Amino acid sequence: MIIPMRLMKEHQKGIIRRVRATGELGRRIRDLGLTPGTPIEVQGRAPLRDPVAIKVRHFRLTLRNNEADYIDVEVEDNGS
Amino acid sequence: MKSANIENKTELLIALAGNPNCGKSTLFNELTGARQHVSNYPGITVEKKEGITEYNGVSLKIIDLPGTYSLTAYSIEELVARNFIVEEKPDCVINIADATNLERHLYLTVQLLELGAPVILVLNMMDLAQKQGIKININKLSKRLGIPVVPMVARTGQGKEKLLKTIIKFCSETSKHNTSMIPISYGPDIDPVLDKMEQIIKQNNFMTDLYPARWIALKYLEEDQQIIEKGDKTNKEISSSLKQFSKELENHLTITLDTYPEAIIADHRYGFISAVLKKDVIHYSAKDNAKELTDAIDKVVTNRFVGPIIMVAILYTVYEFTFKYSEKPVEWFELFFSFIGAKVESILPAGPLQSLIVNGIIDGVGAVLGFVPIIVFMFFAIAFLEDTGYLARVAYMLDRIFRTFGLHGNSVMAFIISGGIAGGCAVPGVMATRTLRSSKERIATILTVPFMNCGAKLPVYAVIIAAFFPAHHAKVMLILTLLAWLIALTMAWILRLTLLQGPPTPFLLELPTYRLPTFKGLMIHTWERTWQYIKKAGTIILAISVLLWAMMTFPGLPREQQKYFKEKETLIVSTLGKNQEEIKKQLEQINKEKKLAIFYNSYASRLGRAMSRVTRYCGFEWKTNVALLGGFAAKEVIISTMGTAYSLSDKTGANIPLSERLSKDPNWNYVTAWAFLVFVMLYSPCFATVACIIKETGQYKWGIFSIIFNTAVAFCFATLIYQGSKFVGLL
Repeated sequence: MIIPMRLMKEHQKGIIRRVRATGELGRRIRDLGLTPGTPIEVQGRAPLRDPVAIKVRHFRLTLRNNEADYIDVEVEDNGS
Repeated sequence: MKSANIENKTELLIALAGNPNCGKSTLFNELTGARQHVSNYPGITVEKKEGITEYNGVSLKIIDLPGTYSLTAYSIEELVARNFIVEEKPDCVINIADATNLERHLYLTVQLLELGAPVILVLNMMDLAQKQGIKININKLSKRLGIPVVPMVARTGQGKEKLLKTIIKFCSETSKHNTSMIPISYGPDIDPVLDKMEQIIKQNNFMTDLYPARWIALKYLEEDQQIIEKGDKTNKEISSSLKQFSKELENHLTITLDTYPEAIIADHRYGFISAVLKKDVIHYSAKDNAKELTDAIDKVVTNRFVGPIIMVAILYTVYEFTFKYSEKPVEWFELFFSFIGAKVESILPAGPLQSLIVNGIIDGVGAVLGFVPIIVFMFFAIAFLEDTGYLARVAYMLDRIFRTFGLHGNSVMAFIISGGIAGGCAVPGVMATRTLRSSKERIATILTVPFMNCGAKLPVYAVIIAAFFPAHHAKVMLILTLLAWLIALTMAWILRLTLLQGPPTPFLLELPTYRLPTFKGLMIHTWERTWQYIKKAGTIILAISVLLWAMMTFPGLPREQQKYFKEKETLIVSTLGKNQEEIKKQLEQINKEKKLAIFYNSYASRLGRAMSRVTRYCGFEWKTNVALLGGFAAKEVIISTMGTAYSLSDKTGANIPLSERLSKDPNWNYVTAWAFLVFVMLYSPCFATVACIIKETGQYKWGIFSIIFNTAVAFCFATLIYQGSKFVGLL
C-alpha cells in the first residue's frame, strides 16, 4: 500500500515509490538521495511532531511534514 | 580539457569539493595547516578559503570550495563551486567523500565527472568505515569510475602522503588523462535526445570553450537557469532550439511516465552509482556501531520530553562557559586600554589631538575589541556544538516554532547567542547566521537578533531597576527577556510578510553522525571568526568611533566661556602662587568643568536637545537622548553618558550615584523607566553589530535599515507605553 511519508508511523519502514515535488524542493530531495526505489525508515518526530527524522542510504535526515507530503512510500502495513 | 606540466609549472591549483559533513574542512586544515587565508567571493557572502602547501618542491595552492550536495544553479554555494571549476580550471579537483555513506556522496562525484573536471576521489573516514564493517575495494572502484581513489582518515592525517603523491602524479599526467565525461546512460528516453543536442552544440561550438558539449545538453534538460541564460546571450537561435528539445522531452515524459527530465536524470545518476558500488566494490557486514551509537544518543537528546530539557541545559552551559571564562579577559582588555589611554594622556599635551587619540580612537576601538574574548569563547562553544552534530538536532527540534514566524530551525542559535538568555552579544549572533542558506530567512534573522538582551544592555537595566524597581530585579529581567523574544519573533514575522516576502526554503537537513571534533579544527574555526571581527575593528569601527568622538567634542566652547575658563585659570595661578599642589588640584577641577562644558555645547548634546521634540512623546528629556546617542557606540556607554549629562546639569555639584539621581528626578518615574527600558532593548544596534550586519549581508543598506527600523520600533513601543499610561491615568 502506498501512502505519503507524512502518514508513516515511528520506526515504520518502506520504499520510496514516487517524489512529486518539483523545483528547488524536488532537487534537494533528490540531492539527498530520496529517489524512487530507496528504502527508508522513520526514526522519530520532533517534540512538536514536525519535522520528521528518517534513515535512508546509511544516514539520517530530517524534513518537514509538508515536504514529506510530496514523497509517496510503499509500506507493508499501515499498522492500523 | 586541461594539461599541466610539472616541470614548467611551479604552482598547482587544487580545489577541494565535497558534501557538507564529509570532513572537507578537516582535510583542508590538515593539508594547509595555519597557512590559510579567508576572504569572500566578490560581491557575495560565500567564504573563499585558500591555503598553500608544498610537496617535493611543488607548491600547491588549495581552494576549499563551499560544501555542496550537488552542482546545480539553485544555491549560491553550488554556483560558486561550479563556476570556480569551470572558470579557474584547477589542475585537479579533490572530491572528498564519506566512506561510511558512499552512495550519497558519489552523487556529487558523478556531477563533477559530467562537468569533465579532473577528479581525484578521496574516501575519508576509512577508520569508521572499517569499524562499521564496510569493506571497499579501492582498485575496482577507481577502475569503474576511471579516476584515482585515495583512502584516508583526515582527522589523523592518515593517507595524506599518498594523496599528495597522487595529486602530483595525476597533474603531470592530465594530458594523457581523458577527462571528458564518462558515458553515463540516462535511459532510453533521454539518451537519444541528448545525442542530438550534443551534435548541434558541437557543430556550432556553442559555449564549448567553457563546458563539455554533453554537459551543456544535460543542463538544458535540467532547466539550469545559469546555463540557459548564458546560452541565450551566446546564440539565441541555438539556445531556443535546445530549449525546444527539452520542452518536447518534458511533454513526452509527462504524458508517458508522469515525470520530468530532471527526476529521470537524477534517478539514473543514482542508478550509475549503484552499478559502480556492486558487491565486489563495497561490502557491508556486521554491525553499524558508530551509527548505532548515534541512534542511541538521538533517542535521548531528541526525545519528545527529555530532549527540550537537555537542550536548555546544554545552551545554558554554553552561556555559563562563555561568560564565565571571558569575564577575566574582558577585564584585562579594559585595563590594557585604560592603561594605554593614560600613557598617551601623560605623553601628549592636553588638547584636541590628545582627546582624539584617547577619547576617540583608544576608547572607541577598545570598547569594540573588548568583545573579542566573548567572541573567542562563544565561537569555540558553537564550533564544538556544530562539529559534533548537535546543532542540527537543535534546528530539528525547534524548526516548528521558528517556521511559524517565517524563520528556520537554523535561526535558533543566532537568537540564543544574541541574548535569548539575557547576556549574549549580537555580534557573534549575527555572525552565527551563516548556517542559514536562504538569504531571506537569513536577513530576517540578522535584522531581528539585535532585539535580544545582550550583555551590554544589562548594566543599563541594572541602574534603572535599582532606581525604580529595587525589589523586583528578577521579575523585571524575566519580563524583559520574554518581551525581547516576543517582539523579535513578531518583527521577523512582519518582515517576512513585507520586505522579505517569499516562500519558506526547504528545511531538508542532514542529521550527521555524532563525532568528536578535532581540537585543531575548533581552534582554526574560532580564530577565523575572531580575526574577521578584529579586522573590522581596524576599519569601519575606527571611523565611526572618531565620528562619535567629534560629535561629542565639537564645536568646542563659545568665546565668552573660553574667556571665563581662561580667567579662572589665571586667577588660580596668581592667587595661590607657590602652592604647586593646590594649583594642580584646582586646575584639574577647572579642566573637568571645562570638559563638561564642551560636552554640553557639543553637536551631540545639541542633537539630543533637538531630538527631545520627538522623544517627549515617549517621555525622554534631552539628557536621555544624548545618552542614547552615545549608546550607538556601545550600549554600556548609555550609563556613563547619562552619568555625565546628569551630574553636569546638577547645579549643587553633589556626588551621588546615577540611580539615586534618577529616582529623585522629577522628569523620571516608573512609567518613563519602563519606556526607557523597552527603548534601550529595541533601538538601533550598536555600531559593532551594524558593521557585522553590513559584512554578513554584503550590503550597506541592511546596516542602515537596521539602525532606522529598530529605532522606529523602539520609538513606537516606548511611546505606546508612555502615552498609554498617561491615557489610562497612571501619570
